[in-house]
Amino acid sequence: MLTGERRQGLALISPTLLYSLLMLAAPLVMVLTFSFWSQNYLELDTTLTLDNYREAWSKPIYSTLIFRSLKISLIVTLVTVVLAFPIAYYLSFHVKQRKALWLFLITVPFWTSYLLRVFLWKVILGYNGVLNTALKGVGIIEEPLTFLLYNANAVVLTLAHAWAPFAILPIFVALEKIDRSLLEAAEDLGDGPVRRFFRITLPLAMPGVVASTLIVLIPTVGDFITPKLVGGTDGLMIANMIQIQFGKANNAPLGAALALSSMLIVASISAVIFLLGKRFGGKVQ
Amino acid sequence: MKSALKAFPAKWLAVYAVAYMVFLYAPVILLPMFAFNDATVISFPLTGFTAKWFGVLWQTEALHGALRNSLVVGLSSAVLSTVLGACAARAANRYRFPLKRGIMSFILLPLVLPEIILAVALLVLLMQLGMPLSLVTVVLGHVLICTPFAIAILSSAFQGLDQSLEEASFDLGETRWGTFRRVILPLVMPGVVSSLLITFTISLDEFIIAFFLTGTEVTLPVYIWSQLRFPGKLPSVMALGTILLVLSVLLLILAEWFRRRSAKKQGIEASATGGFA
Repeated sequence: MLTGERRQGLALISPTLLYSLLMLAAPLVMVLTFSFWSQNYLELDTTLTLDNYREAWSKPIYSTLIFRSLKISLIVTLVTVVLAFPIAYYLSFHVKQRKALWLFLITVPFWTSYLLRVFLWKVILGYNGVLNTALKGVGIIEEPLTFLLYNANAVVLTLAHAWAPFAILPIFVALEKIDRSLLEAAEDLGDGPVRRFFRITLPLAMPGVVASTLIVLIPTVGDFITPKLVGGTDGLMIANMIQIQFGKANNAPLGAALALSSMLIVASISAVIFLLGKRFGGKVQ
Repeated sequence: MKSALKAFPAKWLAVYAVAYMVFLYAPVILLPMFAFNDATVISFPLTGFTAKWFGVLWQTEALHGALRNSLVVGLSSAVLSTVLGACAARAANRYRFPLKRGIMSFILLPLVLPEIILAVALLVLLMQLGMPLSLVTVVLGHVLICTPFAIAILSSAFQGLDQSLEEASFDLGETRWGTFRRVILPLVMPGVVSSLLITFTISLDEFIIAFFLTGTEVTLPVYIWSQLRFPGKLPSVMALGTILLVLSVLLLILAEWFRRRSAKKQGIEASATGGFA
């Protein structure tokens, strides 16, 4: 029997829950069902089949794309989190006043149109781009560098830029929660700065590091704008293929199977990262 | 104590922080530079100052349609997601009920799902239901991704709420609705406004879901995407981007101002991290 409070709580959350059931759970169930169907141009065949998954997992083009997406996303995540940590550390431990202003300044670039930000990286990295013009002007290079744009490096750089605030905020929050007296205690007991960092600061900041790792890793696997604009042919990722299946190729069931397969892989990697984070962080040893 | 906190030399960290900010702002600073540049190609060196690209925007009919669509979608998504977010945030902060953690994680799930998965899943469902793609379907998608943000912002507003105020109101004979309208709502109002502004800004800039779920009427980002293919259109796209950036920053400053006022009203110190803490 539900008590009054419990009933009121459920009643209050029911609109939001209902919306999520209709617009999140139902579509996800639908896409799962879809991935077991097949499509011939406009005809949708609803006989259950594993053919889409067989195709998704056996054709070299798809496995190449999935593997490349994972590789690029993992590199992006590593680069983004490693670059973000010192900033979060600086904000938490060294900035005394105006913390909010710093955080605001970090989030501002993120509110520029995502499309335009990606496009502007193309302008910076291009053959006649800002970077090449500047380097030529200073006299460091004779000919424009061509390895900057239209490859996986460009995708990594652009995504690391796009997800920076999402990586900084969780780490910053975790660092802010660290009880400063623990650090003093460590020092009193004879730990040097480096030892103290690895034995106390980093383990306690681990929940934030894991959160930002997952927040960056999961969505970057699904990005198709950045690969399309700055990735060239070597930088195309699985999301581009999913988009093609739902668009030009008109094979939604295969697209659904590809989407779910990549989600499954990303989810397992995330679970491993989460468990590793739990194992190595959270408490002072 | 002071030296104890300095595991890294502060000076180098400060240098790094400045370099990092340069990296963050590099593309953003280029935007107005090219928007006011008197050349049709987007490259250096800059040739001269002009405001003509803004004039071009004024004359582009297709853009005005896209802007109108984006405003309609943004406003609807903001209102709906804030209402849904308020219900969830209040329920989570005030009541205990069965499966609370599971329900909340489920509602917050869109935060960690790639947008392409959400977009594709919604598209498949709508196709099966035979529902034509339109601005309505874009709103449905945007509400889904905006609600978690609304919950994050509104949670901090509801968290600071003193429950004794509510009890006092009951004791003085107010009904449940009267208490909500005359006691709770005024206290969380700044949080509500802040949530409306943030969700509006998110919807205004969202591309992937809009790209999949839009019909013949496009939103602003989808319009920008279609223009990126034409080199001649780029300077005016830069001008458009500049306007959007200024608008977003103004909305954000406004949202932050309301959030702090909300915190002040409830007598707690505004934390620097907002709803993310």
